Amino acid sequence: MATVEVRFSALPAHVRTARLVAAAVARRSGVDEAVLDEVRLAVGEACSRAVDLHRRHCPEQPVEIRLTDDPGAFRVAVHDQAPSAPAGVPASPADALGALADSADPASEGGALDLGGPGDEAVPEGVGIAVITGLVDDVVVRPAPGGGTSVEMTWSAERVAGG
Amino acid sequence: MDLSLSTRAEGDRTVVEVGGEIDVYTAPKLREQLVDLVADGKYHLVVDMERVDFLDSTGLGVLVGGLKRVRAHDGSLRLVCTQERILKIFRITGLTKVFPIHESVEDAVAATD
Repeated sequence: MATVEVRFSALPAHVRTARLVAAAVARRSGVDEAVLDEVRLAVGEACSRAVDLHRRHCPEQPVEIRLTDDPGAFRVAVHDQAPSAPAGVPASPADALGALADSADPASEGGALDLGGPGDEAVPEGVGIAVITGLVDDVVVRPAPGGGTSVEMTWSAERVAGG
Repeated sequence: MDLSLSTRAEGDRTVVEVGGEIDVYTAPKLREQLVDLVADGKYHLVVDMERVDFLDSTGLGVLVGGLKRVRAHDGSLRLVCTQERILKIFRITGLTKVFPIHESVEDAVAATD
């Protein structure tokens, strides 16, 4: 049983709500102040990714986030309901970040993230996960039971205590 | 906490002062501001991020898009940022190699392109 579970409509405005809840639960769980910024950013990236997928595939479905305070670790799982990625090799973090840097080139084409607005900027697929990987030691992205994908992030005890 | 934006001219540069949180919800506002400036012929931009509390990859995407737009006019986009928690995401994503990042608006305005 997770310590706190939140379900929210797949709207960009609610990503901030998810960040606030995650930071509040992490603080309550004894996560060091210095690590809270990481929790906020990683949870925000995972939720932004989920919201983007939902808006493209299943806007009616909520995004689910589970926060668990285990002895020795603080865990966050962000679960989307979108159909799993089509078969193929997903972009590695390095590829995604290379694509992001390259997209500053005036000759480059746009990318995939639709933020709903004129002159859309695109964040290449996989940048969010690449950021999470760079922030959190322990990240697992896997198909979730019942469909969709679960991004599971763990902050171990030594990090939680400000390691 | 929302996003605050203000612009001012400093010599031949336009300084965009950003405050608050740049995320998937607020980033479109920043994009609109950068698009409007470029449409208005402002191709040398300095984005002052000293009052930004939060920045995620969506925000980075908008800054990269802004850089791309000014470069199409042989312009420049420089950042002002000394906050470690904001600089961290530029380091993780390798964008410290893409953006000139300065410690003050004065430095950014004085920099030669």
